Amino acid sequence: MSRFEVVRTGASAPGVEPATQRNVAHRNADPNPSAKALQEKFSSAIKRVEVIWGETVVYVDPASVHEVMGWLRDEPSQRYDFLSDLTAVEYRDAEVPIEVVWHLRSLPFRRFLRVKAQIPKGKPLEIASVYDLYRAADWLERECYDMFGIRFHGHPDLRRILMWESYTEGFPLRKDFPLRGRFSRSEQLRQALAQNPEARYSMEELTIADAFAELPADMRERLGKGERTGE
Amino acid sequence: MDRRTVEVELSTTGLDASGKPQRVPILTDDGGGGLAVQAPPGIEPDLEGEHMLINIGPQHPATHGVLRLVLELDGETVVRCIPHIGYLHCGFEKIGEYRQYNQIICWTDREDYLNSIGNNVAFALGAERLFGIETTERCKVLRVIASELSRIMSHLVWLGTFCIDIGAFTPFLWAFQRREEIYRLIEKWVGARLTTSATRVGGMAADIPSGWMDGLRQFNRTFPHTLDEIDRVLTKNAIWVGRTIGLGVMTPEEAINWGLSGPMLRASGVDYDVRKDFPYLDYETYDFEVPVGTNGDVYDRYLVRFEEMRQSVRILQQAADRLPDGPVNIDDPRVILPPKSKATSEMESMIHHFKVVMEGPRPPIGESYVAVESPKGEKGYYMVSDGTAKPVRWRIRPPSFVNLAAIPKMVEGHLLSDVIAINASIDIVMGEIDR
Repeated sequence: MSRFEVVRTGASAPGVEPATQRNVAHRNADPNPSAKALQEKFSSAIKRVEVIWGETVVYVDPASVHEVMGWLRDEPSQRYDFLSDLTAVEYRDAEVPIEVVWHLRSLPFRRFLRVKAQIPKGKPLEIASVYDLYRAADWLERECYDMFGIRFHGHPDLRRILMWESYTEGFPLRKDFPLRGRFSRSEQLRQALAQNPEARYSMEELTIADAFAELPADMRERLGKGERTGE
Repeated sequence: MDRRTVEVELSTTGLDASGKPQRVPILTDDGGGGLAVQAPPGIEPDLEGEHMLINIGPQHPATHGVLRLVLELDGETVVRCIPHIGYLHCGFEKIGEYRQYNQIICWTDREDYLNSIGNNVAFALGAERLFGIETTERCKVLRVIASELSRIMSHLVWLGTFCIDIGAFTPFLWAFQRREEIYRLIEKWVGARLTTSATRVGGMAADIPSGWMDGLRQFNRTFPHTLDEIDRVLTKNAIWVGRTIGLGVMTPEEAINWGLSGPMLRASGVDYDVRKDFPYLDYETYDFEVPVGTNGDVYDRYLVRFEEMRQSVRILQQAADRLPDGPVNIDDPRVILPPKSKATSEMESMIHHFKVVMEGPRPPIGESYVAVESPKGEKGYYMVSDGTAKPVRWRIRPPSFVNLAAIPKMVEGHLLSDVIAINASIDIVMGEIDR
């Protein structure tokens, strides 16, 4: 083991009990101490705090998400420096708002926190990006936009990531999107064959290459206007 | 690039007077005895002007699947890298919303297909937290065995393909030979090699057959020899060191901020391992070490993954020694199928069987995020239940996806040939990235 200057052998960070899955209550367990600190700091922006299966969930006002996440990251007593995951949830009940979910970890304190913001339906789905706080949010926010159509303000390059750039059927993980897709198989095949297979460059690449002139006329026109596909 | 000194074995001419390997500085910028290639005199170091756009993939053996990289090159130096993914997108998460929990386990095989049995375990853990059940002791130990075997399998594939990418062929054969042995063990246990579907909510699909443990002990005894052999061939090999050291460096702060996890994060010197810090399956009671690198380059990632295989063998030995007797499934007819003999002879068991298969087990309203240390990094399953037998949302936190997002940063300023080495060091599986 002499190759490594640091080798972890202990159970966890010094002085911190490891969190395990034993004897977890469904609800009403003790919340993560960060939840109380958040309520004291941002009284009205914290809508409510829940504990489900030992995991603390903090519901934040969508307008203050960036402020709250920035505080969680930089405050010396919190230091949530690791963005585990970022995703969204749409419920089967159409009345329930869409939730954007951030899973945060504090590596120095070995804590886990789930932050949620509810965005009501019927209005454009928008929320602040945390790209400037966590670079991990780059692709995660792009995926969330690609799958749910939530626009993250402040993300420098918000475009589709898993679906292709000219995909126009909408947002696949929304509940109103049918499991089999919007069009019949033959129509999907027809659309795929009608596309120019060379036209697979993003705006970013087109600024480098002289491939712009090679694109189909309609795509050239839309990209020229700065339009992003799938809207 | 920093000047680092690593002891390498060049050849017999590389030995000093006492017969020890010479210490050779790698990556010198002054050409003082190092291996760095200097531009011959008379050739202009920088031809002003044109940048070139080249496309690697999606069908290219060195991109480990269907990854496509668009590179902007200045000569042979990468100025910018734009990755494109999604060629394998199947909508796993969408399909999961239309499936019962036990049916989703079959989908987890197919995302990170080099670690399928580890994904089964991770999903079962997530679903069990959602159901509020804890499995039996025997099941926990079996799951630890499954996870660690699958970690070794995944690392062996990574090691073999990494060698091929860099130009070493022999270790690939040694690695795949040993991987085949693990596949034989897995096949004896669950009947399949790749698509294992080994777990169920509340237990395992099958207990291990009699005599299986002997096979595992045999593997534990012999596998470290293979590791030693590969270690001798690679670790101090001058070509290997020259091709990997100082490439794709991520500092600890950058690695955390970019969300890297697993060996990628630990190679940068951050000691975060889910097994130690948020233990599951009683990992806190096993005695094992977590290797942590110092430089965060490709070479350190190689060292960290290599050592992880040795530590996995240690865990396997302890698990084999402590495996308790007893049932493998919990005793709860609402989630676990009754034994076949009872289902065909007792009315009540038949009803339970019917309800578990046709309606599926129902968790209470709630949500859970359970992360495990997969070979690639922190693999999380986030599930939201509205009280029905199918999840409202099933989210996979794919470690490869988040790790790959850092590739534009890592390859910037390196040579085109180093892009292949850096990409191989991330250990990506496109099935998991595109889902």
